[in-house]
Amino acid sequence: MTYTSDEKHFELTVNGSKHQVKDSFLGASLLSVLRDHIGMTGSKGACEEGECGSCSVLLDGNLVCSCLVLAASVTQSSIVTIEGLGGATDVQQAFVECGAIQCGFCSPGLVMATTNLLDRNPDPDVDDVREALAGNLCRCTGYGRILDAVQVAVDGRKRNKL
Amino acid sequence: MSDLEIRESVVRGGIGQSPLRPDGVSKAEGSYLFSSDLSADNMLIGKTLRSPHQHARILSIDTSKALAMQGVHTVITADDVPGKPTYGLISSDQPVFADEVVRYIGEPIAAVVADDEDICARAIAAIDVVYETLPALTDARFAADPESMEIHPDGNVIREQNVVCGDLSVVGDVIVEDRYTIGMQDQAFLGLEAALAIPDADGAGVECHVATQWLHEDLAQIAACLDLPETAIRMVLGGVGGAFGGREDISLQVHVCLLALATGRPVKMHYSRSESFLGHVHRHPAEIWMRHHATKDGRIVKVEAEFIFDGGAYASTSSAVLVNAVTHTQGPYKCDNAYVRGVAVRTNNLPCGAMRGFGVVQACFAHERQMDLLAQKCNLDPLEIRRRNAMATGDRLITGQTVESVAPVREIIAGLAAIPEPSETLHSNGHPYRLPGGAGNTTRSSDVVRGVGYGLAIKNLMYSEAFDDYSTARCRLDDGVITLKFATAEVGQGFITIAAQIARSTLGLEDVRLDPIDTGVGSAGSTSASRQTWMSGGAVEAACLKVRQLIFEHVAATTGCDAFALVIEGDTLVNTTNGQRWPMLQIVSGLVIDEEVEFRHRPTVPLDENGQGDCHTAFAFVGHRAVVDVDVELGLVRVVEIATVQDVGRALNPLSVTGQIEGGIAQGLGLALMEEIIQRDGRIMNPSFTDYLIPTIADMPPVVAQLIEIPDPQAPMGAKGVGEPPTISSTPAIISAIQNAMNRSGGADTHLTRVPIRPSDIAKAVNSNLRD
Repeated sequence: MTYTSDEKHFELTVNGSKHQVKDSFLGASLLSVLRDHIGMTGSKGACEEGECGSCSVLLDGNLVCSCLVLAASVTQSSIVTIEGLGGATDVQQAFVECGAIQCGFCSPGLVMATTNLLDRNPDPDVDDVREALAGNLCRCTGYGRILDAVQVAVDGRKRNKL
Repeated sequence: MSDLEIRESVVRGGIGQSPLRPDGVSKAEGSYLFSSDLSADNMLIGKTLRSPHQHARILSIDTSKALAMQGVHTVITADDVPGKPTYGLISSDQPVFADEVVRYIGEPIAAVVADDEDICARAIAAIDVVYETLPALTDARFAADPESMEIHPDGNVIREQNVVCGDLSVVGDVIVEDRYTIGMQDQAFLGLEAALAIPDADGAGVECHVATQWLHEDLAQIAACLDLPETAIRMVLGGVGGAFGGREDISLQVHVCLLALATGRPVKMHYSRSESFLGHVHRHPAEIWMRHHATKDGRIVKVEAEFIFDGGAYASTSSAVLVNAVTHTQGPYKCDNAYVRGVAVRTNNLPCGAMRGFGVVQACFAHERQMDLLAQKCNLDPLEIRRRNAMATGDRLITGQTVESVAPVREIIAGLAAIPEPSETLHSNGHPYRLPGGAGNTTRSSDVVRGVGYGLAIKNLMYSEAFDDYSTARCRLDDGVITLKFATAEVGQGFITIAAQIARSTLGLEDVRLDPIDTGVGSAGSTSASRQTWMSGGAVEAACLKVRQLIFEHVAATTGCDAFALVIEGDTLVNTTNGQRWPMLQIVSGLVIDEEVEFRHRPTVPLDENGQGDCHTAFAFVGHRAVVDVDVELGLVRVVEIATVQDVGRALNPLSVTGQIEGGIAQGLGLALMEEIIQRDGRIMNPSFTDYLIPTIADMPPVVAQLIEIPDPQAPMGAKGVGEPPTISSTPAIISAIQNAMNRSGGADTHLTRVPIRPSDIAKAVNSNLRD
């Protein structure tokens, strides 16, 4: 097996835990290592070229498409995937309650992008939200309920601050 | 039993409410398993070899080099298909693997199964196929010509269907006509095709987990190709990442089952995005000529049309798509006389079949552009011309069928007129997102013109032409807990949410559980044709009603009351003769009842050669108003707002209805402005999301939606399907708005006739120097 014969392995820090990656082609994307070698399938692949945002993860706090990141190049980074949000976050709850989820294939990526946006900008206007989520394709919802969900999450955080 | 409890008797999560999706949390948290997420111990990976030629004879296939590779388990070709060599939804004309001849670029020729993806890729490259290329038939207009070569043993013509009605000699005071072009649209569901097949230990059968729209139809087609009894195959719905028609046909199902049986190990196949463009059918590209005759005051007296649908290499659902197109020529307008010709043909292009709107999208684009022409010619407002011709319940269609469905076309028009235009004025905001061209900052607000346009549509619901269309559901009551079983494909639309709502409202019990969706119960039919709310919703309701009747009989037997006097109000059982009330949960304590029902809609008939007959089951209606800003010189468009009024019968789940409306409009906007598969000599030039553009959140405007809720007497619970109408007339509304902006800018003398519209279509229309 030419592509997997490299004896070297590398280590990734995903959601705070170390993962040894031994049997991966060194040119593999972070998305394929997460899904096929570490077994975290929450990040989705729908385009494999950075157009759809379904594979969005946080790399040292920055939102990236994991399909465009060489896994072996991020051994020194902290990687957070959808599984690492802990579940039932305000953003996830808002997506469920507002009808922002239909087939749900884009949802993990949109949740990551929204989480990242609200961490950077707690009070985005609608143009900020459109800008921040323009890299995440959704084919089911037409985005209306997604905008609604983001607003609900923003309002919730404002209320909690008061 | 206690009597007379005075309290609010409502059932939480019933019909008319918007309870949360049962799969919502797992989807938001990434733990929901889509078919592409499935795996099994000892699993192998399968991959498909596809034709690089549009039309060629296969002289030889040498798989020996691939077979000799370490990690390759087997390679299969047409010779390894034990049963029927072909499959197909309506006619079985598509080979499992090409045998002797390939008819389109991307046609499967062989499949390999190996330890991993990389070995698969190298094995595919090592298969040596010798072809003799043949001339390709690429133009649908020539395919029907008897002089043209036949590219398939069944001939080039898949179906011809005319609709001839009334007095053909009628001539109008006003005549408008043009030719219209609709490009090939892709469903572009995000969840790529994927399946996991697990062979039985004895090799006598297989279990297939797949993202599909219709488990039982897949089952029947797979069984025939595998030469196995249907009982030897179990189909389980793998998580479906959207469908929109593109999963109605077989893609990798037969291949993955063959590979699993050949190796005796679980096999997974999944397509890449570029392979997905080759691996499923698309929306038919169409050429349409249409001519309307009307009186001076704009009343339509005759419609004439000709439809040419390019079905690509294999039939898929082309014949039904064509019937939908020709029978919807008149749109939601009265028309007594018609002469319509339609043909769907085979070519050496990509196979086409079902996509949201199914033939009506194409017809609607033409009739709505025609209505705008007619309005212009009669000097009438575009809504006024539509109001004068609006169809109503009881009208006869050009097929001779009487519209029995609620047909609130005038109400839709009045509703659209009453929705205020967007408050955002043309020059109110300098943010580049608010300008055509967006963040590219390519235009200035002083160069932008606003336009407003309209589109209306009629859409048939459910299957047509005598198809035995049914759905099965089972309702089990056990000590107050309801469990529903059905094979209805949940593709994201939310049937699983409303199924539970229906059960709660029918039985007055809140604890509803859903069994896995698989072929362990009878067919539910396809999740398509806006049919599952009516059909599977009807089946769930009918099964629950049977259970309810048995509860009533049980109560009557134990209390001596009359079963016919009992009703359920909210979560309470009421004896209407004396007002006695009991909590439902108390009444059903310890009861076990299990009922299964097959639900059918009313029968329909095939069209005759003149296109006459009651071929459709029911109809829904919709209207859209688009407001756009256009830089007419650069041909850039920004949609500012879509307003819509939709006839939904009754909104069983208002939030889900909103989701269908907004999502459907996004796909209509995509067809209007950006979505087209570009083929050159049968090869897709843009098989990626970099080059095949679908609307992003920056492209989608706010949607103002108003529902018309007049419960349809023929529909279970009064609810019509809502999935397709939003996609249908949103497209022509946007083009109409662009035309309006061009007309307002002065100088435009060209009628827009093509979708998707390209910047050059607009720029050329306003600047004759740019024309070819």
